[in-house]
Formats: sequence, C-alpha cells, structure tokens
Amino acid sequence: MEIPYTTTARPDTGLWNAKIGIWLFLASEIMLFGGLFSAYVFLRLDAMPGYWPHGLLNVPVGTMNTAILIASSVTVVLAWAALKMRQFTRYKIYMGITIICGVIFLFVKLYFEWPDKFHHFGAFIRQDRLEKYEQYLGNHHLLAKGLEPRVEITGHLHNHEALHDPNIHEYEVQLDQVFADPTNPASDRPHFLPLPKSDKIAHIAKEDVERASMFIPKHSTFFATYFTITGLHGLHVLGGVIVFTYFWLPVGANLYKRNPEHLANRVEVAGLFWHFVDLVWIFVFPLFYLL
Amino acid sequence: MDAPSTDLASHSHTAHDPHQHEAGHDHHEIGFLRKYVFSTDHKVIGIQYAITGLIFLFFGFTLMMMMRWQLAFPGRALPLIGHALGNVFGPQMPDGKMTPDFYNSLGAMHGTIMIFLGIVPVAFAAFGNFVVPLQIGAPDMTFPKINMASYQAFFVGGLVMLASFFVPGGAAKGGWTSYTPLSVISDSGPGHHWFWNGQTMWLIGFILLITSSLLGAVNFITTIIQLRAKGLTWMRLPFFVWAQLITAFLLLLAFPPLEAAVVMQLMDRVGATSFFMPTGLVLNGAAMQISGGGSPLLWQHLFWFLGHPEVYVLILPGMGIVAEILANNTRKPLWGYKSLVFAGLVLGFLSFIVWAHHMWLTGMGPVVSAFFQTTTLIISIPSVIILSAFFISLWGGSIRFNTPMLFATAFLPMFGIGGLTGIPLAFNSADLYLHDTYYVIAHFHYIVAPGTIFALFAGIYYWFPKATGRRMNEFWGKVHFWPSLVCMNVIFLPMFLQGMLSMHRRWYDGGQGWNLANEKVWGLTGFQWNVPISIAAWTMGLAQIPFIINFFWSIKWGEKTDDNPWEATTLEWAAPSPPPHGNFAVTPVAYRGPYEYSLPGRERDFTMQNEPIRESDRRAYEAAAAAVH
Amino acid sequence: MNEPQLPAVPETAVVHDDHDHDVSKHVNKYLLVGGVLLFCTLLTVFLSYVDFGSHKANMVVGMIVATFKAGLVAAIFMHLSAEKKMIYRILIFTGLFVLALFWLTYLHWYDPISR
Repeated sequence: MEIPYTTTARPDTGLWNAKIGIWLFLASEIMLFGGLFSAYVFLRLDAMPGYWPHGLLNVPVGTMNTAILIASSVTVVLAWAALKMRQFTRYKIYMGITIICGVIFLFVKLYFEWPDKFHHFGAFIRQDRLEKYEQYLGNHHLLAKGLEPRVEITGHLHNHEALHDPNIHEYEVQLDQVFADPTNPASDRPHFLPLPKSDKIAHIAKEDVERASMFIPKHSTFFATYFTITGLHGLHVLGGVIVFTYFWLPVGANLYKRNPEHLANRVEVAGLFWHFVDLVWIFVFPLFYLL
Repeated sequence: MDAPSTDLASHSHTAHDPHQHEAGHDHHEIGFLRKYVFSTDHKVIGIQYAITGLIFLFFGFTLMMMMRWQLAFPGRALPLIGHALGNVFGPQMPDGKMTPDFYNSLGAMHGTIMIFLGIVPVAFAAFGNFVVPLQIGAPDMTFPKINMASYQAFFVGGLVMLASFFVPGGAAKGGWTSYTPLSVISDSGPGHHWFWNGQTMWLIGFILLITSSLLGAVNFITTIIQLRAKGLTWMRLPFFVWAQLITAFLLLLAFPPLEAAVVMQLMDRVGATSFFMPTGLVLNGAAMQISGGGSPLLWQHLFWFLGHPEVYVLILPGMGIVAEILANNTRKPLWGYKSLVFAGLVLGFLSFIVWAHHMWLTGMGPVVSAFFQTTTLIISIPSVIILSAFFISLWGGSIRFNTPMLFATAFLPMFGIGGLTGIPLAFNSADLYLHDTYYVIAHFHYIVAPGTIFALFAGIYYWFPKATGRRMNEFWGKVHFWPSLVCMNVIFLPMFLQGMLSMHRRWYDGGQGWNLANEKVWGLTGFQWNVPISIAAWTMGLAQIPFIINFFWSIKWGEKTDDNPWEATTLEWAAPSPPPHGNFAVTPVAYRGPYEYSLPGRERDFTMQNEPIRESDRRAYEAAAAAVH
Repeated sequence: MNEPQLPAVPETAVVHDDHDHDVSKHVNKYLLVGGVLLFCTLLTVFLSYVDFGSHKANMVVGMIVATFKAGLVAAIFMHLSAEKKMIYRILIFTGLFVLALFWLTYLHWYDPISR
C-alpha cells in the first residue's frame, strides 16, 4: 500500500507530506521554546536589582560556538543542495562537516562550558550585611553611577568542605578580578575576554551569606534558566546529530541509490530541524551571554 | 459474496474482494505482533487507543466512585472493598477508611486520567485515527510509523501514571492542575524516593502523553491536508473531519508551553531550582534551601495556556461526532454547514487568548482582567452558533431514535447547560465567589460527562458496525442510555447549588461550606445531598455494565450488517466493514457534499459522496425548484 | 461535467530539472548569507559592549540584530521566502500565539491589582 505524496508534491498544496509534517513539528517547537523564553522574561523581570547577573558566562567561547552552529547551518543546506544536484561525494563531505560541527558544539558545552560553571563558586551576601563586604562589592561607587548593586561574591572556592560541613564557618574564596578592584570603572561592565582570577583571598562568614553554592542550576534563577534552556537545546542538537549520522552512514545514505530524491527530501526535512535549532541558539546567545 | 439489497449503483461501489487483504500489494502474512500490537494501520491503532482509553475512562470513574463514598459518608470505611483496598494501598487506606492525602490523590488522578488518558485518547486519537482516513478516502495516515509511536508513548505514559499509585507516598495529590509551590514540595522528604514518587512520576508520564499528542497532531493535520480524495474540497469535508483538524491544531500549539513548564517543575523537584518557588518560603518551620526568585504565577500561565485550549480539545471531536449522527438520523443535511466550520475555526483561534479566566483570583489588574473577560465572553458566541445549528438541524427531520441518536440528541441540552453555566464564570467579579466551588465542578462536568462522553458513546454505537461488521444490541443500548442520562443529571445538577452555597472543591471534608451545602440545596434542610449524588454516581457505574458487555459480546455475536447499515452518505461507509489494510480497493472520488439526505427527485433518501452526478439528478432538482416557485 | 476538476498543476509543485538549476544558483547565496550571519554575530557581541543609554536599549538593539539573523536563516536556509501558502498559514498562527503568550503573560506582570 502506497501512501501518496511521500516524494511527489500534491498538486493543489504544492507540498509533499514530510514538508508539512516537519513545519508542523517546528511550529510546536516554537511554542516549546516560546514557553521557556517566557519563563526567562518572567523570572528576569521579577528579579530584584543585582540578582540577575551579568558577565558570568564565557563570551568568546559562546561566540565561537555560535559561529560553529551557523557554519553547520551553511554546510547542511549545501549538503542538501549537493543531493539535489546529484553530487553524492559533495553531500558526504558537507554532511560530515555538519556532524562534526554539531559534535564540537556539544563537546564545548559539556566538557568545557558547563564544567567550568560547576567549578565556579558564588555566595549571595545578606541584604543587611552588604556594607560589611563593601570592600569587595563596591556598591557605593555603583549606586553613585546609577548602576545595579552587586549582591554576590564569586570566585574559586578553596575550602570545598565548607559547603557541607556545618562546623566550618566561613568560605575561603579566591576572588574573581572584579571583586579585587570593585571601584575601578573598568569593572562596571562585563569584559569580553574573561579575566583571570585575582590573587586576593576573601573570607566570607557563613552567617553573612543568604545562600552559596557552585554555579549549578539551583544556584539562582539565572542559572536554572540557563542550564534548562541550553540543556534542552543541547538535547535537540544531539538529536539532530544522530539523525544526520544516520543519513551519512550507509544505512541511510544507501537510499540514494534507490531513490535520490527521497534522500534529498529527508535531508531537507532534517536540515529544517537543524536550522530551527540554530535559530533558537541565535536568541539564546545574546539573551544569556551578552545582555 | 452477493451485493446487499441496499447496494448503490455499481459505478460508485468500490469493489471488494474478501480474499484480497491489501489493496494493490503483495499478499504476505504478518505475525500476530505486527498485526495487532505493533501495527502501523490506522484502524488497528484507533482501536488500540479506543480500548486502552475506555479502560482508563472506567478506571478514572472508579476513582471518583471511591471519592463519592468519602463525600457521602465521611470518615467511614468503604464497605465490601474497603478492606481489600486497604491491603492494596496500605497506609493510605487504614482499615478501609480514606486518608485526606489519599482523597487528594484520587481527585488529582481522577482529573488527569479522565482528561489525558480517557477523553483525549478516545475522542481525538481513537475516533480520529479510525474514522478520518476513511472519511477522506485515504489509504492510511501520512506517517503510519509515527502513528504507532504516538500510541506507544501514550501507553507507556499511562502505565507510569498508574504505577504512581503504588510507590511510597502514593500518586500525585496536588490536583490535576499541579499548582506550585505545593506540587514542588509534595511527595518529597522522608518516606519518599527522590525520583520514584507520585508527583515526579506524574510529570514524567505527562511528558510522554504530550509527546504522544504532538505526534498524533502532526499526523492528523498532514493527513487531512494531503490525503483528501479527489473532489473532496475543504467545504465538502464532513464536519467531523473539520472538528478533528481544529483539535489537532489546538494540541499542536497549546501543549508545548506546558511541556516546557513540566520540565521546569521537574527541575524544581529534582534539581532544587526555583522556577516556580518564590523567595522566602518556609517549610516545616525552616527556611527552604533554595534560591527563590521564582514565580508560582508562571506555572499557572504556562499550565492554563494549554489548559484552556485543552477543554476545546475535549469538546470539539464530540461535536463532530454529534454532527455526523444528527445528519444521518434526521435524514436531512446539517443546517448551517458553513457557519459550523467558521464557528469552529474562530473557536479554535480564540481559545488561545482566554486562558487567564482560570486565574481570576491571582491579583490581576483591571487592564489584563478586562482583556480576558472580553475574549472569554466573545468565545461563547461560536459555541452558541454550533449548538444552535445542531438544534435547528433537528427541525423538520424524519428522526430515527436509535441508540447513537439518543446519545447525540441528549448531548445538545446537556452541553447547553454546561456551556451556559460557564458564563457567570467569565466575569472576574462573579468568579471571585464561585471559584473553586462545586459550581465550577458542575459546569465543566456537564460539558464533558453528559456532553463529550455521551458523544463518545454515540460514536461507538454508530461506528461499531464499520469496525466490526456487526451491530451492537439496540435494546441494551437503550438500557445503557436512560439510566446514564438520569444519573448524570442527579449527580451534577445539585452541585450548582452546592457550589453557590460555598461548598469547596477538592476538600476532603468540605469544611463549613460543606455542612451548609450538604443540607440546604433547594431550601430543603436536613436532606444530606451528597448521599443521593453519590448513589446516582454508583448507579451510573452499574449502568455502564450493559454497555461493556454489549460492546465485547457484539464483536463476536452481534447482528451482522452490510457496509452501510445506517444508510449514511460519508465516504467511510463506502469501504467494507471492516475495511481491509489500505481501506479502498479503488481510491474513491467525491462528487458531492457530505450530507445529501432527502434531496428531491432521488430514488433513495440519501446519496453517498462518491456517487457521480447524473443528468437525472440535475433534472429532478430543477423540477423540484420550479415546483416550489 | 461529471469529473470534479482539480486546479491546474502549478509549476512550482513539480520537483524537476528547472529546480536543479535553481539549486546551483542558490549555493552562492547560501555562502553569502552564512558570511553575513557570522558578521552579524560579531556585530552583536560588539554592540553589547556599547552603551546605548539604558540596559533596556541594549536589549532592544540585541534583539533587533538577533531577529534579523533569525529572519535570514528562516527565509534563505529554510527556503521560507519561496514556500507555499499552507506553510505560511501554519506559521502565522504559531507566531500570533507565541506573541500572545509573551505579551499577555507580560501584561499580567505589568498590571497587578497592587504591588
């Protein structure tokens, strides 16, 4: 039994089935990420001044990852074009590059960006103790300039046991550069290139701290949103990579010998999904890394 | 095989050879598993959805019957089964008496199961899968394998939901709406597993169910757009197909924000994030060790963004089923077909921008409140148009009151009551009083219970012959119908008054308002209203037994029928009963609209859609038109 | 007139030779757009360090560039600029509903009964 219009277009709509199917699926994905982005808006608007951080993510790495994803979007559409022009070797090359780009993106995220966060420490100072840590926070200077106050001290935690042991009463933190010199106007805004940690060590009493942890999802609504959105996005990247690999290996690519147009259509459908994933990242990158 | 006496003219009749299993394909045997369990045939999948969905529907109904015991005889052990249930559910039912937590679990799961494991799978997936490809003259859905995947996701999701009853702590108990922060902190702490607990399993099950619906929606929309038979233009589609198309769009676009919210709630529960947890929460006397900064309102927005279109998902397929049965059993075309279609489309569109009327008590300012009140009142208009068109369709008909028609006709006033009682709830001011009372319960149950479920029963009796080649028994159908109708009204009508007397929903013991409402409905004091309501509920359970027996008995021993026992016009009746794999040996062509009943000058009082236009038709029509003027 | 008439087959529906010519012409376009996207990425990063007065203004600028990039990906890479009406219809409603989700949720935050 043949399902009509699998590879040929239906005359009045001008479309073959999977084209409509994938766009419908993408419509639902727009709503899915729309739900997540509306959470971002809501949580960011609700955040008290200073509680939505800036400059905690690595911008150069993020920029590079963005470039990689954009490059893979170019190569996947070139792979599709090669199939339409019946250039199978070219298709394999471009599709292979696409897969490699996807893998690099995931690798950078899972083996560099995320672990880098998991090893970074932050302590939110209690509202009534902010004065005590003024030497690190520099809030007088910020308020005079009309900027948002700093409420969190971040850096490298030397005494990890402090996180679990109630008998240890303070955190020993090797401060990030901005807290070593908080009144320097150059520290007012985040830097493009991440600065190395300063040599300064701060001792932050636990009783002065609202809450403190490594940069894991529960650390703040910013990180909760960041990890959830990039995590879900990463799952989509992984899904795309798996599908592309299937169409690159003989098991999927051999369809070319039987029905090259059918393979071209399938690659087009997978490519549309991949472009959407790229689209989402185009918004995620500025919203989290830059703004 | 002899052609039956009601056979149509041969050129419109699709030839069917009983020995030909697959139209135009190699004849090869597939094993039992591939044919009945892992099938990609839309009819098998439709029946799988139907049976699984009906079982869940009955299970959800049983949960309610248990709740009604607690409401009628609070604090007393359930008779007969109480002890057995105590063994099954352990600490949740000590000595056969219901704990408050267990009551809440029953309530939350009753709602979840009835909606997502009962009605949506039966109304949308079962009926849609079985009937839509046949009605549009297609051999199957556009994506058969995805269709199978969608059923499997639903099945596993259902199992996860059921399994949640048996983990320590029991099933989810925060309402089917799962409002935060309660749902984030519930089912956690000592005595609960960090992952295998009721609420987390509810969330996991939900992700599977949403996935199933999304896959199904993609399939339905693509199929209806792409696989309509030649000549079947949009305005020649049976209204049932339109209803399923709109429903599919609602599912496709409304479910994903809730999926995002479910993922976030999972993060809150398992990852201790604070998407929905506000700052400053204190639990058991100690400040919660979370970041705070989250918003319970966010959950409500994302939930109800689905929640409202969901209620139209629940009613639209039912309206589609009723439309088909009304046209067929009045022997006249539906009145106002175009109005019905446009009203349905407007209804679908508006359903996306009314959701905050479920949130009147969240402290809305006047601007946002006015917006949602306006859109909510406007959305009542297409519903009224549809119901009115159905009522007017009855006028002047030669009505046959077979079982499907009984259920379909009863749908009309029942849905009418349900819909009209929603209007006070559309006003922020009135809802301040009625919110979370039994008035709301009565309102929506009138729509889904004697509304949608009656439509589903009607559809089962109606399409049973197409699926099996046999009829269900008419007498027992009526024995099923009349007690069900009476019981539905005895259950839900007093609830409006109970609600207005401030009886609170979801409360194990109802509190002050419960005492008041329990005794003062209709001014009669001393009469414990929850008792007759509960008795009616249990009687209604009994009234389903003839239906269950009738259903299974008739599969094997029901009266055999031909392909078109109801003398209907739509394309599914041109296929054999039951249709083989591939449905039609020759792809049908549609020459006419879907409801050509009782047209002047014809030999019979119905003409099937795939019957070509003949000169005699045209001449007869012109003669009749001339006679009128 | 016994046979129902279907509309004449539009040329764009046929997936044949002329389309292959189109595809090879498109290859250069894809590379060009890819370059523009990479440039715009760097532009976004650069502009985020420029002071436009308020943080809100920076957000607006950032979102404008992002929307432009997204538009290019959608129109060129996803062939939306040449797509069929049916796809547009699906996407228009999706766009409307996602905007409704954003706007109405924001409206609720903006307009509470009291603060």
